[in-house]
Amino acid sequence: MIEIRGLKKFYGSLEVLKGIDLDVPKGEVLSVIGASGSGKSTLLYCINGLEPIQEGSVKVDGTDVHAKGTDINELRQKMGMVFQQWNSFPHLTALENVALAPKIVKKKSRAEARDIATRQLQHVGLGDKLNVYPSALSGGQQQRLAIARALAMEPDYMLFDEATSALDPELVGEVLDAMRLLADEGMTMICVTHEMGFARDVSDRVTFFHEGILEEIGTPAEIFGAPKSEHLQKFLSSIR
Amino acid sequence: MFDYNFHWRPVMKSLPDLLEAGLVTLQVAALSMIIGIVIGLALALIRMHMRGPVKWLASAWVELARNTPALFQLFFFGFGLGAVGIHMSPYVIVLSALSFNCAGYLAENFRGGFQAIPDTQLRAARSLGMTVWQSYTRVIIPQVFRIVYHPLTNQIVWAVLMSSLGMLVGFRELSGETQALASRTYRIFEYFAVTAVIYYVIVKIILGASRLLAARLFRY
Repeated sequence: MIEIRGLKKFYGSLEVLKGIDLDVPKGEVLSVIGASGSGKSTLLYCINGLEPIQEGSVKVDGTDVHAKGTDINELRQKMGMVFQQWNSFPHLTALENVALAPKIVKKKSRAEARDIATRQLQHVGLGDKLNVYPSALSGGQQQRLAIARALAMEPDYMLFDEATSALDPELVGEVLDAMRLLADEGMTMICVTHEMGFARDVSDRVTFFHEGILEEIGTPAEIFGAPKSEHLQKFLSSIR
Repeated sequence: MFDYNFHWRPVMKSLPDLLEAGLVTLQVAALSMIIGIVIGLALALIRMHMRGPVKWLASAWVELARNTPALFQLFFFGFGLGAVGIHMSPYVIVLSALSFNCAGYLAENFRGGFQAIPDTQLRAARSLGMTVWQSYTRVIIPQVFRIVYHPLTNQIVWAVLMSSLGMLVGFRELSGETQALASRTYRIFEYFAVTAVIYYVIVKIILGASRLLAARLFRY
C-alpha cells in the first residue's frame, strides 16, 4: 500500500505539489491525468524518492520513503519505474539491460539473472531480441524493454511516467498492451498518462491533477462520465 | 656542399639499447595514462558535483595542466620541487609530470563525456535500486568511456611523445638514450633519424591496437 500524506514539493520557490493526500491499495491500477505541468510526473518521482520532498510523507508498505534511516535502494526494488524517455542502457544488449539490476542489486548469479531477463523479455514479446542492442530497437520495443527491466526486479508496484508520450502513434498500442497485461495479472500500478482510453478501460480509479492539486478522484465512470470540477470538465472537453 | 658521410653502423649496433629505451618510454606513458585516467575522472566529478576549496583545487589543476607548457610542468616536478628539497628520481619526475598533464587534459574530456549522458540514465539506474556507485560504474562511466575513447587514444600518443622531454631532466627513456649514444659517437643525425622511426612505429602500434580494441569493445 502506498500512503501519501500532505505531500508538498517545491522546485526553488515554485510549488509543484500543494499538499497531496492519496492512498493506493495493493492490486489497484490508478491512472493520473491532467495537463502538462500539473505535477503528475513529479508525484511519481516523489513516490520512489528520485526527488526530495519539502513537506508531508510518502509511505510504501509502511516505510517512509523520505525518512533519513530508510534504505532507499532496497525500497526502490519494490517499485519499478518506466519513464517517458524509455532510458534503455545503450551499451548493453536487451538481455544485459534486464539482467543487470538482478545481478548487481539482488546479487543473483549470472545464470539466474539471465534466466529472469529471458523470461521477462519473452513476457513483453521481445524473446527474439535478447542479444540486440537498443539502438536496433524501435521506440515501442525499447519501452517494452524498459518494462521488462523494471519487472525483473519483481516489484510490488509499477510506476509509469507517460510511458507512451514519446512514441510514434503506431507504436503506442504495443506498449499499452504490455501495460494492460500487467494490470490483468494484478500488479499495483500508478500510471501517469495521456491515454484516456487506457485510463478509462484499464484503471480501477482515475485521479485528476490541476496545478499541483489532486482535484478529483474516482472510478473511470465517475471521472469521465460525471466530472464534478470545472477544471476537469474543461480538461476533458479540450482533449476530446 | 653536401659532404656529410652517413654512418649507420653505430646506430644499428645500438638498436637493442634503443628498443629497450623505447620500452621505458612506453611504460612511463602507459603508467601515466592509468594514473591520469583515475585522477582525471576524479577531477571531472569534483568539478561537476562539488563546491568550495576542493573544486577550486581541481579547477586550478586542470587550468595549469592545459594552459602552461608541458616542459614547464616537467621542470616544476624536477627542478622546482628539487629547489625546495624534494628530490625524486628522473623516472618519478617524468611520471609525475606526465600524469599531472594527462589528468588535466582527460578531466576536460571526461567532463564533456559526462555532460553528453542524459540525467535520465542515472535516474533509470537509481530507480532499479542501484546505488550511486553502481549506477556510475555500470551505467554512466561505460558510456562516457566510449565518448572519450578517441581523445583517450590521442592522449596516450601525446604521452609517448611528451615523455621525450624527460631527457631534459636526465631520464634515459628513448630520447635520453638516443642523446647519450649520439653524443658518444657523434652520429647525431643518424641516431635521431632512427629514433624518430621508432617513435613513429610505437605510435602506429598504439593507434592500431586502439582501433582493434574499439571494434571489440563497442559493438553498439
